[in-house]
Amino acid sequence: MSLRRFILKRVLSIIPILFGVSVITFALVHLTPGDPIDQMIGLNPDVTAAEEAQLRAKYGLNKPLWEQYLIWITDVLQGDFGEVISTNRDVSAVIWKRLPETVALGIFGWAFGLIIAIPAGIYAAVNKDELGDTISRFFALSGISIPNFWLGLMLILIFALRLGLWPVLPPSRKPLYHPEMLWYLVLPGVTIGTAAAASIMRVMRTSMAEELNKEYVTAARAKGLPERTVVLKHVLRNSLISVVTLAASLTASIVAGSVVVEVVFNWPGLGRELINAITGREINLIMGITLFTGVFIILANLLADILYAVLDPRIRYD
Amino acid sequence: MTEKSNVSSNRGRIYISGFDADHVEERESLSGWTEERAGETQSRWQRAWVRFKRNRSALIGLAVVAILSLLTVFARPVTLYGVTVQPFSLAPYDPTAILYLQDPSVNVYDPPSLAHPMGIDGSGRDLFSRILYGGRYSISIGFVVVALTAGFGMVYGAVSGYYGGWVDEIMMRVVDTIYAFPGLVLALIIVAILGRGYWQLVLAFSLFSWAGYGRLVRGEVLQVKENEYVLAAKALGARDRSVIFRHIVPNAMPPLLVLASLRIGTVVIGVAALGFLGLGMPPGTAEWGTMLDQTRETLIQGPGGSIPWWATVYPGVAIFLFVMAMNMIGDGINDALDAQETGVGEQGGGG
Repeated sequence: MSLRRFILKRVLSIIPILFGVSVITFALVHLTPGDPIDQMIGLNPDVTAAEEAQLRAKYGLNKPLWEQYLIWITDVLQGDFGEVISTNRDVSAVIWKRLPETVALGIFGWAFGLIIAIPAGIYAAVNKDELGDTISRFFALSGISIPNFWLGLMLILIFALRLGLWPVLPPSRKPLYHPEMLWYLVLPGVTIGTAAAASIMRVMRTSMAEELNKEYVTAARAKGLPERTVVLKHVLRNSLISVVTLAASLTASIVAGSVVVEVVFNWPGLGRELINAITGREINLIMGITLFTGVFIILANLLADILYAVLDPRIRYD
Repeated sequence: MTEKSNVSSNRGRIYISGFDADHVEERESLSGWTEERAGETQSRWQRAWVRFKRNRSALIGLAVVAILSLLTVFARPVTLYGVTVQPFSLAPYDPTAILYLQDPSVNVYDPPSLAHPMGIDGSGRDLFSRILYGGRYSISIGFVVVALTAGFGMVYGAVSGYYGGWVDEIMMRVVDTIYAFPGLVLALIIVAILGRGYWQLVLAFSLFSWAGYGRLVRGEVLQVKENEYVLAAKALGARDRSVIFRHIVPNAMPPLLVLASLRIGTVVIGVAALGFLGLGMPPGTAEWGTMLDQTRETLIQGPGGSIPWWATVYPGVAIFLFVMAMNMIGDGINDALDAQETGVGEQGGGG
């Protein structure tokens, strides 16, 4: 199978998955006992049963589930996620407003992870089983074991409260592109990036150690290449392929991490919005964000697979 | 590398690879089944255990997990159906007792002291007792969820991989779909649906997280089922069920075990994260994550300017310690099993 056919087939394969994701999203949310109407009525005991039914009819909540699903998915395909019932705002508007905040956090986390992990992974693989390797492995293991929300709390405790380097909350929220915001991105970004850094470092070390044992390395050394060139030019390239494979699953974990970390740092992104939506039982918003996340992760997976196939001509496409 | 020299010195002759005269002789002499021989078929796990025992960090992990589990079991008496099963009580106070009601000298957010080694929390409860007790939720949910999901995922993956074709296609699309969601987000929504509580949390983390095991076992089964012994078993008339569970699945076990051991930590962190977000155990429960939720606001404000760091530090340390130890065990199992799959020393040890 040629590369092009592989890519085409892989792209087509996401269609049933997208369908499945929309069904799961819808089913999960609609099995919820209680909807925003209950929430509204809870605040106002004078509402009669007839008014309640009228409200439900207005938002289409009285129809059978499959019909609600069809209506919902048709709207979604046209880019309409419905509105947030309590504030009358468009769900898609809310998502587009919050998205840049989360993306900024994710990019910072990714960058932090790569900058720490790749040199550390190379160092550990080259000095395998020596003291430096043991120490960096210990830190990597700690990194994947530490709960990210607690790490965030600890960073606040140490850097914001004890050392006073950061205010706990940004005093006034500037627009995201303002250079000052970069400073406020540091603590949440590091919190999100730590687990990624640790995973990348572990994978880097293993795959690099494996590559270093291969015959082409011996050949490169035998022909007199300096060790530096062997490691950084030949081995590094081949071992980075495994990092690409990891990238998709790490993206998912960064997305999940952002939910918690945004709550810790009061960062106005999608994750915090999701928590608010869940506590407020905002069905449309929950579905919108969940679906959005799902589609994003599917695309990330797709990209990683294609990138992997392009980077490594050895793999068989099937 | 003797094979290569063999090939070059016998050019032009047919060389049968994989044939080893000594090996065949050895086999023939042992073809009669004996008791000792039966013992030796189990030695695969025994060898892994021997290797595991030599791994210092894995043993430290095992010790830490054992100590934490014992501490939490003996923290307060255990009563089942009105019968006290475990009468010991290591925790000095009831984890839910509000101490200043009985003892006026105790204040909210008293710093660590001799009487209260980890201080007092925001509601006037003894933090040390709460942390000892809190492991009951996190640790047991971790093990229960992993047992449930690994079991289901194993069956799912084995069926999918064994039958192949459209069955496999559909079953794997389901797994792909689940993979598109971050597990924590799904768990959040499920708890929001079902409400807070122990079994709700178990369900929230079990309902979808079997997919990882399913995919893993399927991959293994695809490899294993090509072996001749599977064909032989089928030729002898074994039913599908017995081929899958007696011949294929046991050979797919090592990677499943590694994944399961590494997942326990993930689940414990997930449970704590939900607790922290206020969607875990009911508020006030002595669960590690829920305890952190209660301290979040005071961390930022602090009562009267001082920071009650102990209320934030200790519950987190407990989670971290347990998860770290669990991951050390997981890495140890990985090394012990992996080394024997690939042959010891072939790639410079399993390090």
